[in-house]
Amino acid sequence: MIPEEIVRSPSWYESSARNRITGLLDAETFREILGPAERVMSPHLELFDLPPAFDDGVIVGRGQLDGKPVAIIAQEGQFMGGTFAEVSGAKIVGLLRAVTASAGTPDGVSAVLLLLDTGGVRLQEANAGELAVSETVRALLGVRAAGIPVVALVGGRAGAFGGGGIVTACCSHVVISEQGRISVTGPEVIETNKGAEEFDSRDRALVWRITGGRSRVLLGGADSYVKGDVASFRAAAARSRNAAPPFTLETMAAEQDRLEKRLSSYGDCRDTPEIWARAGLADPASVPDIDDDAFLALLSEREIKHDAR
Amino acid sequence: MTPVELLTRLFPSGHEVVAGPFNTLAGRAILTDGAAVEIVGVTDGAPLSPEIAIELAGSIIRIVQDGKKTPIVLLIDTASQRMTRRDEMLGLNEYLAHLAKVVTLAGLSGHRTVAVLYGAAAAGAFIATALAAQTLITIDGAHPSVMDLPSIARVTKLPLEILEKKAETTPIFAPGVTPLAATGAVLENWTEADNFSDRIETVLTLEASSDTRDTLGEERGGRKVAHSVALRVAAEFGKAAR
Repeated sequence: MIPEEIVRSPSWYESSARNRITGLLDAETFREILGPAERVMSPHLELFDLPPAFDDGVIVGRGQLDGKPVAIIAQEGQFMGGTFAEVSGAKIVGLLRAVTASAGTPDGVSAVLLLLDTGGVRLQEANAGELAVSETVRALLGVRAAGIPVVALVGGRAGAFGGGGIVTACCSHVVISEQGRISVTGPEVIETNKGAEEFDSRDRALVWRITGGRSRVLLGGADSYVKGDVASFRAAAARSRNAAPPFTLETMAAEQDRLEKRLSSYGDCRDTPEIWARAGLADPASVPDIDDDAFLALLSEREIKHDAR
Repeated sequence: MTPVELLTRLFPSGHEVVAGPFNTLAGRAILTDGAAVEIVGVTDGAPLSPEIAIELAGSIIRIVQDGKKTPIVLLIDTASQRMTRRDEMLGLNEYLAHLAKVVTLAGLSGHRTVAVLYGAAAAGAFIATALAAQTLITIDGAHPSVMDLPSIARVTKLPLEILEKKAETTPIFAPGVTPLAATGAVLENWTEADNFSDRIETVLTLEASSDTRDTLGEERGGRKVAHSVALRVAAEFGKAAR
């Protein structure tokens, strides 16, 4: 029996970035920084005859989660694919730098929530977007080094692709739903470069088996699996900020070990059911088809948690 | 330029850099004052695979574990990240992020980190290698990019000739050293006439604890608004707390 508040909670996948923020934070606590009224827009889209957005597709600010202050960043995947660009990226970088500078002061926050919904770098602003990703990585790791966890939430329509996939894996903890996808090169780009026999991007089941939330959490690429409603994301965000690994040499040595073992254990596999069979799952072929309750039960039996991120 | 030629020009006092697995390099070099520098590299334009990323990261972790805070110079000639279904299935994003994290951790732990791009680097591989160091130097002939123009043309659905024309008016999207330097990614580009040994020793002495690439992009006019937007957000952050 699904609790009533979850039945009524809106879908993360279907929600806009603003509605995700509203549903994630305590009521009436969100304070946006450089909101749409300020009209801080991309100066480059005009060159391509593309309409800009008043927030450039990124919403940043602060609020509270269960009464504790948090900083929040949300990409709007429906505007230019939620891409990293000069302005959208600078909003993210500026917020992360401010979080680090305020650590230990009365303005400090308990965590940063990063709501990824992105195809990666905005190609119309490719160089600015690439640098924005690199600056985001450095600023995000600065936040973690200051002892503040950064929690990635992935379940939007655009997924977390390109530089967005790299940024996701730099976070302290990754929360994902079945609809969430994490990857670097998208299936379409692999197909364009290497052919449909390498990766058939129109085979939706295959795309999800390779990049989707269930595959990521089983392999250790995501840490918390949630049902696809906003309330479940909120509960996972509140839980995970207390259990995030610090950004230290010990953590990185543990991640080195974790990722080396993955390569030696599964490096010759061609599809995820092969990995799951080798990992000892009783019925690997059923993993994409069972419902969320059954999948969560399967996860709770398996103890795949790690502190190596 | 081959890695051997590059090493000879950077470190005429000598080096013990050797080839490792998967087109990687690792070893020590000596500066003219006798001080040591750790070298880690990727060669031959090899697409960045999970294997290469984990090999480079492992070398850097061992250097940081050594505790001597020796400067680290990354010599980079890669391509984009390797584009295969297998690599994505194995979580290539985690391997690239791990490498970027380890390079960043070295910088935060007191190692001076400088990347010397002497070949290509693109897309996610560029972020995980050359752009992860505190300072990026390019050698004449280097080719950094996010995506090549024909691919940008395909995704943006614009004819290539139109894109090439637009690239003459702005450094914001075109590949290459000049536009990327204008946006602040590259500190210096060295040409054949430069004394690489003098230059690297000077660059290694520069203070680099904070990320000033957006300031550089503003000064050079290639990224006019990023720095000011980031500053405005930071200024509002405290006010929003009250």
